[in-house]
Amino acid sequence: MADHVDMTKGLPSNPEKATLEGRNKFLGFWIFLSGETIMFATFFGAFLGLREGTAGGPTAEELFQLPLVFIMTMLLLTSSLTSVLAMYAMKRNNFKAMMIWMSTTVLLGLAFLGLEIYEFVEYVHHGLGYTTSAFGSSFYTLVGLHGAHVVFGLAWISTLLIRYAKSGITLTNAPKFYVASLYWHFIDVVWVFIFTVVYLMGIGGA
Amino acid sequence: MADYSAIIKEKKDKSVLMDWLTTVDHKKLGVMYLIAGTLFFLKAGLMAVFMRIQLMFPESNFLDGQTYNEFITMHGTIMLFLAATPLLFAFMNYIIPLQIGARDVAFPFVNALGFWIFFFGGLLLSVSWFFGGAPDAGWTAYVPLSAGDYGHLGMDFYVIGLQISGIGTLISAINFIVTIVNMRAPGMTMMRMPLFCWTSLVTSLLIVFAFTPLAAGLALLMLDRLFGAQFFSPDSGGNAVLWQHIFWIFGHPEVYILVLPAFGIISEVIPAFSRKRLFGYTAMVFATLIIAFLGFMVWVHHMFTVGIGPVTNSVFAIATMAIGIPTGIKIFNWLFTMWGGKLTFNTAMLCASSFVPTFVLGGVTGVMLSMVPVDYLYHDTYFVVAHFHYIIVGGIVLGLLAGLYYWYPKMFGHHLNEKLGMLMFWMFYIGFHMTFFVQHILGLIGMPRRVYTYLEGQGMDTMNLISSIGAFLMSAGIIVLVINIVYSALKSERVVVSDPWDARTLEWSTPTPIPEYNFAQVPQVRSLDPLFYEKIHGDGKMKPAEPLSDIHMPNGSILPFIIGIGMFVWGFGMIMLNMENAIITPYAVIIPGFLLTFGSMLVRSIKEDHGYHITVEELKKLEKEVS
Repeated sequence: MADHVDMTKGLPSNPEKATLEGRNKFLGFWIFLSGETIMFATFFGAFLGLREGTAGGPTAEELFQLPLVFIMTMLLLTSSLTSVLAMYAMKRNNFKAMMIWMSTTVLLGLAFLGLEIYEFVEYVHHGLGYTTSAFGSSFYTLVGLHGAHVVFGLAWISTLLIRYAKSGITLTNAPKFYVASLYWHFIDVVWVFIFTVVYLMGIGGA
Repeated sequence: MADYSAIIKEKKDKSVLMDWLTTVDHKKLGVMYLIAGTLFFLKAGLMAVFMRIQLMFPESNFLDGQTYNEFITMHGTIMLFLAATPLLFAFMNYIIPLQIGARDVAFPFVNALGFWIFFFGGLLLSVSWFFGGAPDAGWTAYVPLSAGDYGHLGMDFYVIGLQISGIGTLISAINFIVTIVNMRAPGMTMMRMPLFCWTSLVTSLLIVFAFTPLAAGLALLMLDRLFGAQFFSPDSGGNAVLWQHIFWIFGHPEVYILVLPAFGIISEVIPAFSRKRLFGYTAMVFATLIIAFLGFMVWVHHMFTVGIGPVTNSVFAIATMAIGIPTGIKIFNWLFTMWGGKLTFNTAMLCASSFVPTFVLGGVTGVMLSMVPVDYLYHDTYFVVAHFHYIIVGGIVLGLLAGLYYWYPKMFGHHLNEKLGMLMFWMFYIGFHMTFFVQHILGLIGMPRRVYTYLEGQGMDTMNLISSIGAFLMSAGIIVLVINIVYSALKSERVVVSDPWDARTLEWSTPTPIPEYNFAQVPQVRSLDPLFYEKIHGDGKMKPAEPLSDIHMPNGSILPFIIGIGMFVWGFGMIMLNMENAIITPYAVIIPGFLLTFGSMLVRSIKEDHGYHITVEELKKLEKEVS
């Protein structure tokens, strides 16, 4: 099962899937993400079941501000786009462009995270604590878990950026960057559902 | 990349302990799963014996109610999460790469990580006895019994211990899926895979989709207990039934997670000792897939008496009954495999073939339980206890025993003693039916489960006595097994041939003992039952699919062990948040554990570890030694 990748013409066009190790990582990570999807689905289910349970505390209509959430959504969607551009750069063997786009992704992710923290602090000031009601608990748990994923993704991508700052694209680090960007997309997709289920349905009162 | 002789020298310098702590070899990890699973199995079995002593006579005082509750909880939890799962993982780890003609699993490091995380999670659950008692809300941990107001500290060990060991199980499952999909030898198409690999693949998929809701549910319960979240308290808008839904969305597939690999083992053992190919291979594969699919559609049958409504109950009742169809296909296929075969009844075959009628009994009571109106009568009685023990002991444990006796010569290089094996089988089998058959009737006359005693003169005395004696007989059978393992290790003749059973699948084409790289040359597979095909159409040996060339091997690593410890420390610190008068502040424990876990992950991520190569010359030398 030794992999002999022909490197005479430079890096192959899909460096992330050129080796068996890369293909294993690719498939394994997709399966991991499917498990994560089910886990998030459970938290979404809990939130949908409990979002009416405000126990006299603040409700979704009273709290949520669409402009703020809209900016957050745009930041995260853009960060997903920049990670796609980074992967395109990787396939063209343009190391410098890949690093720049990946760094942009990190910066946009940080901005999103900052706004999320601001948002949570704001809600606490308006009287929605973690223990106030079932709505509060399930809201902070669902959105907070997503936030924790953002933190982990940022730490992960930053580690890769620092570790491989000068190495160029290799058959070893290409799969690593690729699965990290997959993870980032996953975070983005989950946010789209949070935006719809938590915020739009919360404000619209559906 | 160091060369092999340097690695060998370094390995010899390593102590035996360090070698096992750092190993990433799927065969060694399989043995470690086997040992850990057996220890947990013996511990939980002992709890069952204590419970049967308590129930031997009416109004007995052997155990008090609280201890009894802790025993039922720990017995169920350990048996399912920490005994049955790792014992099946032991065979999956050891056998899957051999059966598909691979040199190792897809991610050797993750394989070791999965083992250590599982192990330390189980350990965390087990140390609860030393901190004010084990969890006591039943293995299902229903709220509000398990929530902050009622469940004591033991429940924190339950939620966090299971979360940690669940991560280990999950990543191991992902590893198995990738191994089976990506690492098969040339010619080993999906529909030529041994059925054990098929059922392991489906089980691993079930783990990915069932253990994640459990992780979410346990997280909700943990947040409720440690940080005062309001998911389950109706006063604050919460919902207690939510827990039951989440738990059983995991809990019912869990049954299939455990029983499908056992089906796989049976489907390997029966053809080998009937000297026939498996009857209806394709039907078996599709039956497995259908069982897996339906397994997710039936969780509400655990909640018929909650009062969700007649329509929902009916839908789930019908889905439950439908599972009987693919299972029935399997039962008949095993019978037809034996039909007209040249049968050898050694211990492995006895366990495998007796599995069939026992499992049918469990299946029949399952269909009985799926009928909603009568389920109101059976619910929470010993009828249910009898039903699922027929599935779990009569299905999974007999499958595990069959697999143990069948693969033992390949794993350890000697047979288990057949006479002691027969003795074990009959003691276990008779004891099992004595213990659990009467429990059907006890349930029907109204004995409730999970109650630590019963009154005299209600017609339950004799049957409980019989049940307890059966349990002692069963445990004596297991003691005979332990004696057999020790006896055979000392006295049994060494197996030197590669194929002692004259079997059919690829694992029997490797030399005994198996070299670290499994196959010097990856075999070319030409049919289902590839080894048997070569015996008939070839010279009895697998043809190589590649020339002899350098073999790439992964390096061992201590990091999985350290990450396991880190998670243990971190988890223990979280539990300390709920401890009254803890000696030090919990954060002094949480933060080091957290840093140890993520620090090790960081080291793994930053350090590129390319492994090493065994060169052709060294390979030739090693192969000569083997033959």
